[in-house]
Amino acid sequence: MSDTLVDFDEVLTRYEPVIGLETHVELGTASKMFCGCSTTFGAEPNTQTCPVCLGLPGSLPVVNADAIESTIRIGLALGCRIASWSRFARKNYFYPDIPKGFQTSQYDEPLCTAGHLDVELDGETYRVEIERVHIEEDTGKNLHVGGATGRIHGADHSLVDYNRAGIPLVEIVTRPIPGTGAKAPEVARAYVTELREILLALGVSEVRMEQGNLRSDVNTSLAPIGSLDWGTRTETKNVNSLRSVERSVRYEMRRQAALLDAGERIVQETRHFHEDTGSTSDGRSKEEATDYRYFPEPDLVPLAPDEEWIETLRVALPELPAARRIRLREEWGLSDAEMAWIVNAGAVGLVSDTVAAGATPADARKWWLGELARRANDSGVELIELPVTPKQVAELAGLVAAGTVNDQLARQALDGVLAGEGNPGAVVESRGLAVMGDSDELVAAVDAAIEGNPDVADKVRAGKVQAIGALVGAVMKTTRGKADAATVKRMLEERLVSS
Amino acid sequence: MSTPSPKGQLTRDEVAHLAHLSRLAVSDEELDLFAGQLAAVLDAVAQVGKADVADVTPTTHAVPMTNVMRPDVARPSLPRDVVLAGAPAAEDDRFRVPRILGEEA
Repeated sequence: MSDTLVDFDEVLTRYEPVIGLETHVELGTASKMFCGCSTTFGAEPNTQTCPVCLGLPGSLPVVNADAIESTIRIGLALGCRIASWSRFARKNYFYPDIPKGFQTSQYDEPLCTAGHLDVELDGETYRVEIERVHIEEDTGKNLHVGGATGRIHGADHSLVDYNRAGIPLVEIVTRPIPGTGAKAPEVARAYVTELREILLALGVSEVRMEQGNLRSDVNTSLAPIGSLDWGTRTETKNVNSLRSVERSVRYEMRRQAALLDAGERIVQETRHFHEDTGSTSDGRSKEEATDYRYFPEPDLVPLAPDEEWIETLRVALPELPAARRIRLREEWGLSDAEMAWIVNAGAVGLVSDTVAAGATPADARKWWLGELARRANDSGVELIELPVTPKQVAELAGLVAAGTVNDQLARQALDGVLAGEGNPGAVVESRGLAVMGDSDELVAAVDAAIEGNPDVADKVRAGKVQAIGALVGAVMKTTRGKADAATVKRMLEERLVSS
Repeated sequence: MSTPSPKGQLTRDEVAHLAHLSRLAVSDEELDLFAGQLAAVLDAVAQVGKADVADVTPTTHAVPMTNVMRPDVARPSLPRDVVLAGAPAAEDDRFRVPRILGEEA
């Protein structure tokens, strides 16, 4: 079934979007939230479980101190108020991925509240208000068997792996974000991007989206322009790539506009995002909050982080990405637009590491945003996934600066590095890529170019100096690009232009 | 979802809803039976409301402690064969459960 969609630009002529995000982050702790089971990703199914995370009778949970510390640090980085009194609550529901029959979460007494995150997009700053940050536990993983696609639809039965059940999960909830208009899809993406950068800087999670360390539920609603109401929202669950966050908002805006245009109502519901088509489809209708029958967790005592501990954590926060970008932009002497380009390419860390390895900021930026960005794009991978390190890029830039290779040869050296042939210096050596000095071979090539192109040589002798370019080209061709163009030009001039 | 009924009463709809949330199959006769029985239970519990607690601080936990935590150290888990021995059914080293009804992805 395909939805009727309204053209995106047309949506904006009649409706104003409001977005909101609930982002789940798996913390990078060594052990689970309430027991000592390992959290290692990719372990054999059901090898990281115990009576506590399996919900066996008589087992009792004990809170992981590092997980609480990480949650507080996330809250502090987002400018939240840290609660002096906070409790866990049981969120009751029956589903095989939750062996206890409830998820240990937080309800009306979360650890952190009332923060914000400023998101920069195309020179504008959007303030995203953070409603709450709380700690809970992840669920097990279902594998649906018998269906054509591994999804529930058509499945005979399901197989469950509880390794993930009980891994500390932090949920970060925004308040509704109005006023983003046409930028709504991009603001949603930029928010998750910035949040991810902060989590990386804090070192609290590996935030590998492809492994599900970070997944967002994306809320979207539309209201007629000028309306005081925000409209009924839909919630697209478990969107696990930055690109999909943007696409899911865009799709929902177009789908909801078509329904509203037709005079229909939007149903508040959970939807699923499909990577292949970029579309959403309806899932289970969202159970009302009261259906979860939340109540305080009797097996855990309250958390009461003292002021001193919170202050210690606050003071020890690392430099956050926004401050780091401002500092680096100044250090590198770049304009806002140039810096924004690096940020958008996700290359701040790469450029920074390349500069730290000895390259000039200009060279580091040129390589990552030029040749390397092109190659990443051609292979359909992210910059960070290219098999080349910032140190190798710095070495390559150094070889160009020293005149050992020219730009063209440097690109060939890069081919070798990317092909796994070793560091740039070694590749230049093994592939014989160094530019020729004033060698016999080069002298012979220069003489041959003059002999082979007597007409051009005569023109140059007669004073048409710009014609020398053709001869330089001939030399570069015979030396297969290994000569230094400036040296070749000087040698030709010595022979043809009387001083 | 059904609207809450007046104090001391429980409608058949509410019982049916609770049964659904608990994934319990309840027959029509049982709905009538349970509605009456649960109402009696609620009535009994409601007597707590008669206590004068104006001067009593709410108890958050039976044990007056806070911040009970453990260091983040991984410890050995149960062997998988022991874990799966407790499962009603197992397949491919995983718990095998019936198809999940009423929900589609």
